[in-house]
Amino acid sequence: MKFRAKIVDGACLNHFTRISNMIAKLAKTCTLRISPDKLNFILCDKLANGGVSMWCELEQENFFNEFQMEGVSAENNEIYLELTSENLSRALKTAQNARALKIKLTNKHFPCLTVSVELLSMSSSSRIVTHDIPIKVIPRKLWKDLQEPVVPDPDVSIYLPVLKTMKSVVEKMKNISNHLVIEANLDGELNLKIETELVCVTTHFKDLGNPPLASESTHQDRNVEHMAEVHVDIRKLLQFLAGQQVNPTKALCNIVNNKMVHFDLLHEDVSLQYFIPALS
Amino acid sequence: MPLLTQQIQDEDDQYSLVASLDNVRNLSTILKHATCLATKNGIKVTVENAKWTLTAFRMCYQGYGYPLMLFLEEGGVVTVCKINTQEPEETLDFDFCSTSVINKIILQSEGLHEVFSELDMKSEVLQITMSPDKPYFRLSTFGNAGSSHLDYPKDSDLMEAFHCNQTQVNRYKISLLKPSTKALVLSCKVSIRTDNRDFPSLQYMIRNEDGQICFVEYYCCPDEEVPESES
Repeated sequence: MKFRAKIVDGACLNHFTRISNMIAKLAKTCTLRISPDKLNFILCDKLANGGVSMWCELEQENFFNEFQMEGVSAENNEIYLELTSENLSRALKTAQNARALKIKLTNKHFPCLTVSVELLSMSSSSRIVTHDIPIKVIPRKLWKDLQEPVVPDPDVSIYLPVLKTMKSVVEKMKNISNHLVIEANLDGELNLKIETELVCVTTHFKDLGNPPLASESTHQDRNVEHMAEVHVDIRKLLQFLAGQQVNPTKALCNIVNNKMVHFDLLHEDVSLQYFIPALS
Repeated sequence: MPLLTQQIQDEDDQYSLVASLDNVRNLSTILKHATCLATKNGIKVTVENAKWTLTAFRMCYQGYGYPLMLFLEEGGVVTVCKINTQEPEETLDFDFCSTSVINKIILQSEGLHEVFSELDMKSEVLQITMSPDKPYFRLSTFGNAGSSHLDYPKDSDLMEAFHCNQTQVNRYKISLLKPSTKALVLSCKVSIRTDNRDFPSLQYMIRNEDGQICFVEYYCCPDEEVPESES
């Protein structure tokens, strides 16, 4: 198994850092999958995560000017590593204004992802800061649980409002109840509702727009104003929103009635999919 | 708040709006910068907050058994709150009778602002002395580091009215008085009266940006421990 990659472009480095910060906010521990064309940050829907799952994908050639990998075997040319997300984002903190960033798989008493940052000093001689991030290599037999989730046909698909606004609304609602209802229709309306014995609060977002329907036939007869809803744990929604420091290029919300909500975001060229299951 | 409750009390049969002290405090902060429009259906308040965004607010109550409805709108996003109402508890009646007032002073609030914010929090009580003789009006605290006394002479510029008939020295728990400092900070004048049971009545006159005047009244109980006489 081998992996070495290098970033020299400042904008690519900053983008990669932002993605890493986002992942650190979304998942404490995650899986990094390295393949010849892509890098994926994966969180699978284990009980430990409360059923939440995440799939983040980026094309390696959009970031790295050098990228070499050799997977577990020729037929399985991939590498799956488990790491603590914060370790990577913390290492990348030192890479602001760096001349170059190198990442490689190493074995220093234990398997590591070694991040080397080349920084320019005042005297224009360079110095290198190295971070050894401990990782766990995930054996092939466990790979089947870490595949791209199948996105079920949603009942409603709608564009999200400005995430910062949504986050501040959900933050205030968190003080009242743990249980939140997300409902939306094909008329561009999305509502966030909480209800307790004493109070019921609903925030209405309008004119959001819906993407064109995938299959005209199944939705033709449906009333456009009919709401699809899902009941979720408010803390999971808040964690997802807190991870979005920058408003994404595209943000879509797919609701499968009473089953789950699927957020499909695009941060420039990096895609993020986040699944929150319905409360049982 | 007196402005609003007055209108509603006139039409007693149709409205029975009871706002608890907590709500009033929050609303009065909003009302300080607000334009109010009272209609038969409810009260519409338009607020400009510090970030210069307009948050429109409307409160409606249909009557007994119905929930209190609040509508907030900001930037096209509407939030609707339905608050279930409860049977109101009897509000404490301090039974402060204006005719049993023994001492009364009216001060300009600016003279008290700093005092209240600097009150020795280690002191459990604030002692208020009101007297026709020296020290006239004294605020005292007793903490671990020592005691402090603040005297306001009756002919001070800050003193608008001074009517003291008897020397009264009373102690009040600081924890009970602290909530009233919010009204003090907003006010331009404060009236302090004590009755024959040593109960205080604090009245804060607040003038909002449009020149409208409203009052916040504050009552509490004196501390039961009788203080030793001070020289």
